[in-house]
Amino acid sequence: MSIFSYNGAAIVAMAGKECVAIGSDLRFGVQMQTITCDTPKVFKIHDKLYLGLSGLLTDAQTLHQKLMFRHNLYKLREERDMKPSTFGHMLSNALYERRFGPYFAAPVVAGLEPDGTPFLCGMDTIGAIETAKDFMITGTSPESLYGMCESMWRPDMEPDELFETVAQCLMSGFDRDALAGWGAVIHVITKDKVISRTLKTRMD
Amino acid sequence: MAESQYSFSLTTFSPSGKLVQIEYALNAVAAGATSLGISAADGVVIATEKKLPSTLVDESTVQKIMTITPSIGVVYSGMGPDFRVLVRRARKTAQTYYQTYKEHIPVAQLVRETAAVMQEFTQTGGVRPFGVSLMMAGYDDNGPQLYQIDPSGSYFAWKASAIGKNMTNAKAFLEKRYSDEVGIEDAVHTALLTLKEGFEGQLSGANIEVGVVGPNRSFKVLTEAEVNDYLQEVE
Repeated sequence: MSIFSYNGAAIVAMAGKECVAIGSDLRFGVQMQTITCDTPKVFKIHDKLYLGLSGLLTDAQTLHQKLMFRHNLYKLREERDMKPSTFGHMLSNALYERRFGPYFAAPVVAGLEPDGTPFLCGMDTIGAIETAKDFMITGTSPESLYGMCESMWRPDMEPDELFETVAQCLMSGFDRDALAGWGAVIHVITKDKVISRTLKTRMD
Repeated sequence: MAESQYSFSLTTFSPSGKLVQIEYALNAVAAGATSLGISAADGVVIATEKKLPSTLVDESTVQKIMTITPSIGVVYSGMGPDFRVLVRRARKTAQTYYQTYKEHIPVAQLVRETAAVMQEFTQTGGVRPFGVSLMMAGYDDNGPQLYQIDPSGSYFAWKASAIGKNMTNAKAFLEKRYSDEVGIEDAVHTALLTLKEGFEGQLSGANIEVGVVGPNRSFKVLTEAEVNDYLQEVE
Protein backbone atom coordinates (compact mmCIF):
# COMPACT_ATOMS: atom_id res chain seq x y z
CA MET A 1 0.00 0.00 0.00
CA SER A 2 1.42 3.40 -0.96
CA ILE A 3 1.02 6.38 1.33
CA PHE A 4 -0.30 8.32 -1.66
CA SER A 5 -3.21 5.94 -2.15
CA TYR A 6 -4.30 5.79 1.47
CA ASN A 7 -7.03 8.39 1.02
CA GLY A 8 -7.50 8.83 -2.74
CA ALA A 9 -8.15 11.94 -4.84
CA ALA A 10 -8.62 13.22 -8.39
CA ILE A 11 -7.86 16.82 -9.31
CA VAL A 12 -7.98 18.49 -12.73
CA ALA A 13 -7.17 22.10 -13.59
CA MET A 14 -7.44 23.62 -17.06
CA ALA A 15 -6.79 26.97 -18.71
CA GLY A 16 -9.23 28.64 -21.07
CA LYS A 17 -9.58 32.08 -22.65
CA GLU A 18 -8.82 34.46 -19.74
CA CYS A 19 -10.27 31.91 -17.33
CA VAL A 20 -9.18 28.84 -15.41
CA ALA A 21 -11.14 25.96 -13.95
CA ILE A 22 -10.12 23.58 -11.19
CA GLY A 23 -12.09 20.63 -9.89
CA SER A 24 -11.74 17.68 -7.56
CA ASP A 25 -13.67 14.63 -6.46
CA LEU A 26 -15.48 14.61 -3.12
CA ARG A 27 -14.62 11.23 -1.63
CA PHE A 28 -13.01 10.93 1.76
CA GLY A 29 -12.00 7.35 2.43
CA VAL A 30 -9.53 5.29 4.41
CA GLN A 31 -8.20 2.63 2.06
CA MET A 32 -11.22 0.57 0.98
CA GLN A 33 -13.78 2.24 3.25
CA THR A 34 -15.54 5.41 2.11
CA ILE A 35 -16.32 7.68 5.05
CA THR A 36 -17.92 10.79 3.53
CA CYS A 37 -18.68 12.22 0.10
CA ASP A 38 -18.50 15.92 0.90
CA THR A 39 -14.74 16.48 1.13
CA PRO A 40 -13.43 18.70 -1.67
CA LYS A 41 -9.70 18.77 -2.26
CA VAL A 42 -9.61 22.22 -3.80
CA PHE A 43 -9.15 25.22 -1.51
CA LYS A 44 -9.50 28.94 -2.14
CA ILE A 45 -6.50 31.11 -1.33
CA HIS A 46 -7.99 34.31 -2.71
CA ASP A 47 -10.51 35.33 -5.36
CA LYS A 48 -8.15 34.65 -8.24
CA LEU A 49 -6.17 31.75 -6.79
CA TYR A 50 -7.21 28.18 -5.98
CA LEU A 51 -5.09 25.28 -4.74
CA GLY A 52 -5.78 21.58 -5.24
CA LEU A 53 -4.00 19.04 -3.04
CA SER A 54 -3.97 15.27 -3.54
CA GLY A 55 -2.24 12.59 -1.50
CA LEU A 56 -2.46 11.94 2.22
CA LEU A 57 -5.41 14.03 3.38
CA THR A 58 -3.93 15.00 6.74
CA ASP A 59 -0.87 16.42 5.00
CA ALA A 60 -3.06 18.16 2.41
CA GLN A 61 -5.08 19.81 5.20
CA THR A 62 -2.01 20.86 7.21
CA LEU A 63 -0.26 22.18 4.12
CA HIS A 64 -3.34 24.21 3.24
CA GLN A 65 -3.45 25.69 6.77
CA LYS A 66 0.25 26.58 6.67
CA LEU A 67 -0.12 28.22 3.28
CA MET A 68 -3.12 30.25 4.44
CA PHE A 69 -0.97 31.36 7.39
CA ARG A 70 1.79 32.49 5.07
CA HIS A 71 -0.58 34.17 2.63
CA ASN A 72 -2.39 36.05 5.40
CA LEU A 73 0.90 37.42 6.74
CA TYR A 74 1.97 38.33 3.20
CA LYS A 75 -1.31 40.21 2.69
CA LEU A 76 -0.84 42.14 5.93
CA ARG A 77 2.79 43.04 5.16
CA GLU A 78 2.57 43.79 1.48
CA GLU A 79 -1.03 45.03 1.37
CA ARG A 80 -1.79 42.96 -1.72
CA ASP A 81 -2.81 39.41 -2.67
CA MET A 82 -0.13 37.00 -3.79
CA LYS A 83 0.19 36.48 -7.52
CA PRO A 84 -0.44 32.83 -8.53
CA SER A 85 3.09 32.47 -9.92
CA THR A 86 4.55 33.83 -6.67
CA PHE A 87 2.36 31.46 -4.66
CA GLY A 88 3.55 28.54 -6.75
CA HIS A 89 7.18 29.33 -6.06
CA MET A 90 6.55 29.86 -2.38
CA LEU A 91 4.79 26.49 -2.21
CA SER A 92 7.68 24.81 -4.05
CA ASN A 93 10.10 26.34 -1.56
CA ALA A 94 7.94 25.30 1.41
CA LEU A 95 7.79 21.69 0.18
CA TYR A 96 11.55 21.47 -0.41
CA GLU A 97 12.20 22.72 3.13
CA ARG A 98 10.85 19.32 4.18
CA ARG A 99 13.02 17.45 1.67
CA PHE A 100 13.91 14.63 4.06
CA GLY A 101 10.56 14.27 5.79
CA PRO A 102 8.13 15.51 3.15
CA TYR A 103 4.46 16.37 3.12
CA PHE A 104 2.81 13.50 1.24
CA ALA A 105 0.77 15.86 -0.88
CA ALA A 106 1.00 16.81 -4.55
CA PRO A 107 -0.39 20.27 -5.28
CA VAL A 108 -1.95 21.90 -8.32
CA VAL A 109 -2.13 25.71 -8.38
CA ALA A 110 -4.67 27.43 -10.64
CA GLY A 111 -5.35 31.14 -10.89
CA LEU A 112 -5.40 34.36 -12.87
CA GLU A 113 -2.39 36.68 -12.83
CA PRO A 114 -3.10 40.39 -12.17
CA ASP A 115 -3.14 41.06 -15.93
CA GLY A 116 -5.75 38.35 -16.53
CA THR A 117 -3.56 35.61 -17.99
CA PRO A 118 -4.34 32.11 -16.71
CA PHE A 119 -1.69 30.46 -14.53
CA LEU A 120 -1.40 26.71 -13.92
CA CYS A 121 1.31 24.78 -12.18
CA GLY A 122 1.80 21.44 -10.46
CA MET A 123 4.41 19.99 -8.16
CA ASP A 124 5.57 16.70 -6.83
CA THR A 125 5.76 15.99 -3.13
CA ILE A 126 9.13 17.72 -2.69
CA GLY A 127 8.36 20.80 -4.74
CA ALA A 128 9.61 20.16 -8.29
CA ILE A 129 7.52 22.79 -10.05
CA GLU A 130 6.15 22.57 -13.56
CA THR A 131 4.03 25.24 -15.28
CA ALA A 132 1.60 24.42 -18.06
CA LYS A 133 -0.44 26.35 -20.57
CA ASP A 134 -3.13 23.69 -20.97
CA PHE A 135 -3.91 21.49 -17.96
CA MET A 136 -2.52 20.08 -14.71
CA ILE A 137 -3.68 16.96 -12.91
CA THR A 138 -2.87 15.02 -9.78
CA GLY A 139 -4.44 12.09 -7.97
CA THR A 140 -4.63 8.32 -7.56
CA SER A 141 -5.42 7.61 -11.23
CA PRO A 142 -3.11 9.95 -13.13
CA GLU A 143 -3.06 7.87 -16.32
CA SER A 144 -6.85 8.08 -16.74
CA LEU A 145 -6.86 11.81 -15.99
CA TYR A 146 -3.98 12.53 -18.39
CA GLY A 147 -5.63 10.47 -21.09
CA MET A 148 -8.91 12.36 -20.80
CA CYS A 149 -7.29 15.79 -20.65
CA GLU A 150 -4.96 15.21 -23.59
CA SER A 151 -7.87 14.27 -25.83
CA MET A 152 -10.43 16.80 -24.60
CA TRP A 153 -8.39 19.99 -24.12
CA ARG A 154 -8.51 22.72 -26.75
CA PRO A 155 -7.02 26.22 -26.57
CA ASP A 156 -9.12 29.33 -25.86
CA MET A 157 -12.22 27.74 -24.36
CA GLU A 158 -14.86 30.06 -22.92
CA PRO A 159 -15.83 29.61 -19.23
CA ASP A 160 -18.90 27.44 -19.91
CA GLU A 161 -17.09 25.22 -22.41
CA LEU A 162 -14.17 24.96 -19.99
CA PHE A 163 -16.49 23.83 -17.22
CA GLU A 164 -17.97 21.07 -19.40
CA THR A 165 -14.52 19.86 -20.44
CA VAL A 166 -13.15 19.77 -16.89
CA ALA A 167 -16.32 18.06 -15.67
CA GLN A 168 -16.15 15.32 -18.32
CA CYS A 169 -12.41 14.76 -17.86
CA LEU A 170 -12.73 14.55 -14.10
CA MET A 171 -15.77 12.25 -14.09
CA SER A 172 -14.51 9.88 -16.76
CA GLY A 173 -11.05 10.00 -15.25
CA PHE A 174 -12.08 8.88 -11.77
CA ASP A 175 -14.74 6.49 -13.09
CA ARG A 176 -12.44 3.48 -12.89
CA ASP A 177 -10.64 4.67 -9.76
CA ALA A 178 -11.92 2.91 -6.64
CA LEU A 179 -10.37 5.50 -4.36
CA ALA A 180 -11.67 8.68 -6.00
CA GLY A 181 -15.10 9.86 -7.04
CA TRP A 182 -18.41 9.98 -5.14
CA GLY A 183 -19.27 13.41 -6.56
CA ALA A 184 -17.21 16.36 -7.80
CA VAL A 185 -16.87 20.12 -7.33
CA ILE A 186 -15.59 22.47 -10.02
CA HIS A 187 -14.67 26.15 -9.73
CA VAL A 188 -14.45 28.34 -12.83
CA ILE A 189 -12.44 31.49 -12.21
CA THR A 190 -12.89 34.51 -14.46
CA LYS A 191 -11.94 38.17 -14.24
CA ASP A 192 -15.02 39.23 -12.26
CA LYS A 193 -16.40 36.12 -10.61
CA VAL A 194 -15.95 32.52 -9.58
CA ILE A 195 -18.69 30.01 -10.37
CA SER A 196 -18.62 26.86 -8.25
CA ARG A 197 -20.70 23.88 -9.26
CA THR A 198 -21.16 20.57 -7.46
CA LEU A 199 -21.75 17.50 -9.62
CA LYS A 200 -23.75 14.43 -8.77
CA THR A 201 -21.97 11.38 -10.15
CA ARG A 202 -22.07 7.60 -9.76
CA MET A 203 -21.70 6.98 -6.05
CA ASP A 204 -19.23 4.18 -6.26
CA MET B 1 24.17 38.07 18.71
CA ALA B 2 26.30 38.69 21.83
CA GLU B 3 28.62 35.84 22.74
CA SER B 4 30.15 38.10 25.41
CA GLN B 5 29.17 38.38 29.09
CA TYR B 6 26.62 41.05 28.20
CA SER B 7 23.14 39.65 28.02
CA PHE B 8 21.70 43.05 28.89
CA SER B 9 21.27 45.94 26.51
CA LEU B 10 23.87 48.71 26.49
CA THR B 11 21.22 51.07 25.11
CA THR B 12 19.26 52.07 28.17
CA PHE B 13 16.69 54.80 28.85
CA SER B 14 17.64 58.08 30.46
CA PRO B 15 15.28 59.57 33.10
CA SER B 16 13.85 61.93 30.49
CA GLY B 17 12.82 58.96 28.32
CA LYS B 18 15.57 59.31 25.71
CA LEU B 19 17.86 56.60 24.45
CA VAL B 20 21.13 58.50 24.60
CA GLN B 21 23.03 55.90 22.56
CA ILE B 22 20.68 56.59 19.66
CA GLU B 23 21.11 60.35 20.08
CA TYR B 24 24.88 59.87 19.91
CA ALA B 25 24.50 57.58 16.89
CA LEU B 26 22.59 60.41 15.18
CA ASN B 27 25.51 62.68 16.05
CA ALA B 28 27.83 60.26 14.29
CA VAL B 29 25.56 60.49 11.25
CA ALA B 30 25.49 64.29 11.39
CA ALA B 31 29.28 64.30 11.34
CA GLY B 32 29.39 62.19 8.18
CA ALA B 33 29.58 63.35 4.56
CA THR B 34 26.35 64.77 3.12
CA SER B 35 24.06 62.45 1.19
CA LEU B 36 20.73 63.25 -0.39
CA GLY B 37 17.93 61.74 -2.41
CA ILE B 38 15.21 63.08 -4.70
CA SER B 39 12.16 61.14 -5.84
CA ALA B 40 10.96 62.33 -9.25
CA ALA B 41 7.82 61.47 -11.18
CA ASP B 42 9.60 58.76 -13.18
CA GLY B 43 12.54 57.72 -11.04
CA VAL B 44 14.76 58.34 -8.02
CA VAL B 45 18.25 59.80 -7.67
CA ILE B 46 20.60 59.50 -4.70
CA ALA B 47 23.94 61.23 -4.38
CA THR B 48 26.75 61.70 -1.89
CA GLU B 49 30.03 63.53 -1.39
CA LYS B 50 33.02 61.26 -1.69
CA LYS B 51 35.43 63.08 0.64
CA LEU B 52 38.61 61.06 0.90
CA PRO B 53 41.16 61.49 3.71
CA SER B 54 44.07 61.97 1.32
CA THR B 55 44.84 62.45 -2.38
CA LEU B 56 46.82 59.21 -2.23
CA VAL B 57 43.65 57.13 -1.76
CA ASP B 58 42.67 55.24 -4.92
CA GLU B 59 39.17 56.70 -5.18
CA SER B 60 38.06 54.29 -7.90
CA THR B 61 37.93 51.54 -5.24
CA VAL B 62 35.79 53.57 -2.84
CA GLN B 63 32.10 52.81 -3.34
CA LYS B 64 29.57 54.64 -1.22
CA ILE B 65 26.46 53.87 -3.21
CA MET B 66 25.65 50.13 -3.26
CA THR B 67 23.08 48.07 -5.14
CA ILE B 68 20.93 45.77 -3.05
CA THR B 69 18.75 44.39 -5.86
CA PRO B 70 18.67 45.28 -9.54
CA SER B 71 16.00 47.87 -8.71
CA ILE B 72 17.11 49.13 -5.30
CA GLY B 73 20.20 51.12 -4.33
CA VAL B 74 21.32 52.66 -1.07
CA VAL B 75 23.62 55.43 0.16
CA TYR B 76 24.61 56.45 3.69
CA SER B 77 25.95 59.13 5.97
CA GLY B 78 28.04 58.09 8.96
CA MET B 79 30.33 55.14 9.58
CA GLY B 80 31.36 53.28 6.44
CA PRO B 81 32.03 49.89 8.09
CA ASP B 82 28.57 49.89 9.74
CA PHE B 83 27.11 50.61 6.30
CA ARG B 84 28.86 47.60 4.76
CA VAL B 85 27.40 45.28 7.41
CA LEU B 86 23.88 46.59 6.73
CA VAL B 87 24.31 46.24 2.97
CA ARG B 88 25.32 42.60 3.47
CA ARG B 89 22.24 41.95 5.58
CA ALA B 90 19.93 43.78 3.16
CA ARG B 91 21.32 41.84 0.18
CA LYS B 92 20.76 38.58 2.01
CA THR B 93 17.19 39.57 2.91
CA ALA B 94 16.51 40.48 -0.72
CA GLN B 95 17.96 37.20 -2.01
CA THR B 96 16.02 35.11 0.51
CA TYR B 97 12.85 36.84 -0.65
CA TYR B 98 13.71 36.12 -4.27
CA GLN B 99 14.47 32.49 -3.54
CA THR B 100 11.10 32.02 -1.84
CA TYR B 101 8.86 34.05 -4.13
CA LYS B 102 10.84 34.29 -7.42
CA GLU B 103 9.87 37.96 -7.33
CA HIS B 104 12.10 40.93 -6.48
CA ILE B 105 11.47 42.33 -3.02
CA PRO B 106 9.34 45.52 -3.03
CA VAL B 107 11.18 48.61 -1.73
CA ALA B 108 8.91 49.08 1.29
CA GLN B 109 9.44 45.47 2.41
CA LEU B 110 13.24 45.73 2.19
CA VAL B 111 13.17 49.02 4.09
CA ARG B 112 11.05 47.41 6.81
CA GLU B 113 13.37 44.44 7.22
CA THR B 114 16.53 46.58 7.27
CA ALA B 115 14.96 48.95 9.78
CA ALA B 116 14.07 45.93 11.93
CA VAL B 117 17.76 44.91 11.97
CA MET B 118 18.78 48.40 13.04
CA GLN B 119 16.16 48.38 15.80
CA GLU B 120 17.43 45.00 17.01
CA PHE B 121 20.81 46.55 17.71
CA THR B 122 19.19 49.08 20.04
CA GLN B 123 17.64 46.40 22.19
CA THR B 124 19.96 43.37 22.13
CA GLY B 125 22.63 42.52 24.68
CA GLY B 126 26.22 43.59 24.16
CA VAL B 127 25.82 45.56 20.92
CA ARG B 128 25.69 49.24 20.00
CA PRO B 129 23.40 50.96 17.49
CA PHE B 130 24.58 51.41 13.89
CA GLY B 131 26.27 54.76 13.28
CA VAL B 132 24.62 55.33 9.88
CA SER B 133 21.47 56.72 8.38
CA LEU B 134 20.52 55.12 5.07
CA MET B 135 18.85 56.59 1.99
CA MET B 136 17.24 53.73 0.08
CA ALA B 137 16.02 54.37 -3.46
CA GLY B 138 14.10 51.94 -5.63
CA TYR B 139 11.48 51.40 -8.31
CA ASP B 140 8.82 48.69 -7.98
CA ASP B 141 5.15 48.10 -8.80
CA ASN B 142 4.26 51.09 -6.61
CA GLY B 143 6.50 53.39 -8.64
CA PRO B 144 9.65 55.27 -7.58
CA GLN B 145 10.27 55.45 -3.84
CA LEU B 146 12.83 57.04 -1.52
CA TYR B 147 13.21 56.06 2.15
CA GLN B 148 15.43 57.24 4.99
CA ILE B 149 16.29 54.76 7.76
CA ASP B 150 17.75 56.06 11.04
CA PRO B 151 19.96 54.29 13.64
CA SER B 152 16.89 53.88 15.84
CA GLY B 153 15.19 51.83 13.16
CA SER B 154 12.55 54.41 12.28
CA TYR B 155 12.03 54.98 8.61
CA PHE B 156 10.32 57.65 6.54
CA ALA B 157 9.42 57.95 2.90
CA TRP B 158 10.59 61.20 1.39
CA LYS B 159 9.96 63.14 -1.77
CA ALA B 160 13.39 64.67 -1.24
CA SER B 161 15.74 64.75 1.73
CA ALA B 162 19.33 65.02 2.89
CA ILE B 163 21.36 63.48 5.72
CA GLY B 164 24.84 64.14 7.13
CA LYS B 165 26.94 67.22 7.70
CA ASN B 166 25.08 69.80 5.65
CA MET B 167 21.58 68.41 5.93
CA THR B 168 19.71 71.47 7.27
CA ASN B 169 20.91 73.74 4.46
CA ALA B 170 20.47 71.00 1.89
CA LYS B 171 16.90 70.26 3.02
CA ALA B 172 16.02 73.96 2.92
CA PHE B 173 17.44 74.17 -0.61
CA LEU B 174 15.48 71.08 -1.67
CA GLU B 175 12.26 72.39 -0.15
CA LYS B 176 12.48 75.44 -2.36
CA ARG B 177 13.44 73.53 -5.47
CA TYR B 178 11.24 70.43 -5.26
CA SER B 179 8.17 69.94 -7.44
CA ASP B 180 6.04 66.83 -7.98
CA GLU B 181 6.21 67.00 -11.77
CA VAL B 182 10.01 67.01 -11.92
CA GLY B 183 11.46 64.37 -14.24
CA ILE B 184 14.50 62.26 -13.47
CA GLU B 185 16.93 64.37 -15.52
CA ASP B 186 15.92 67.55 -13.69
CA ALA B 187 16.13 65.68 -10.39
CA VAL B 188 19.77 64.78 -11.09
CA HIS B 189 20.54 68.43 -11.82
CA THR B 190 18.82 69.54 -8.63
CA ALA B 191 20.75 66.91 -6.65
CA LEU B 192 24.06 68.18 -8.02
CA LEU B 193 23.15 71.78 -7.29
CA THR B 194 22.21 70.84 -3.73
CA LEU B 195 25.52 69.07 -3.19
CA LYS B 196 27.34 72.05 -4.64
CA GLU B 197 25.76 74.32 -1.99
CA GLY B 198 27.68 72.82 0.91
CA PHE B 199 30.73 71.60 -0.96
CA GLU B 200 34.19 72.99 -0.20
CA GLY B 201 36.04 73.07 -3.48
CA GLN B 202 35.17 72.11 -7.03
CA LEU B 203 32.56 69.37 -7.71
CA SER B 204 33.72 66.68 -10.13
CA GLY B 205 32.92 63.11 -11.07
CA ALA B 206 35.81 61.99 -8.87
CA ASN B 207 34.61 63.47 -5.58
CA ILE B 208 30.86 62.72 -5.75
CA GLU B 209 28.86 59.58 -6.42
CA VAL B 210 25.40 59.52 -8.04
CA GLY B 211 22.95 56.62 -8.36
CA VAL B 212 19.78 56.64 -10.48
CA VAL B 213 16.84 54.29 -11.05
CA GLY B 214 14.25 55.01 -13.76
CA PRO B 215 11.18 53.32 -15.27
CA ASN B 216 13.47 50.57 -16.60
CA ARG B 217 13.74 49.56 -12.89
CA SER B 218 17.48 49.17 -13.21
CA PHE B 219 19.50 50.90 -10.48
CA LYS B 220 22.80 52.24 -11.83
CA VAL B 221 25.68 54.08 -10.19
CA LEU B 222 26.75 56.70 -12.74
CA THR B 223 30.30 56.53 -14.05
CA GLU B 224 32.72 59.39 -13.46
CA ALA B 225 32.28 60.47 -17.08
CA GLU B 226 28.47 60.50 -16.81
CA VAL B 227 28.63 62.58 -13.63
CA ASN B 228 30.97 65.04 -15.32
CA ASP B 229 28.52 65.35 -18.23
CA TYR B 230 25.68 66.19 -15.83
CA LEU B 231 27.94 68.66 -14.01
CA GLN B 232 28.67 70.45 -17.27
CA GLU B 233 24.93 70.76 -17.96
CA VAL B 234 24.51 72.31 -14.53
CA GLU B 235 27.36 74.87 -14.70
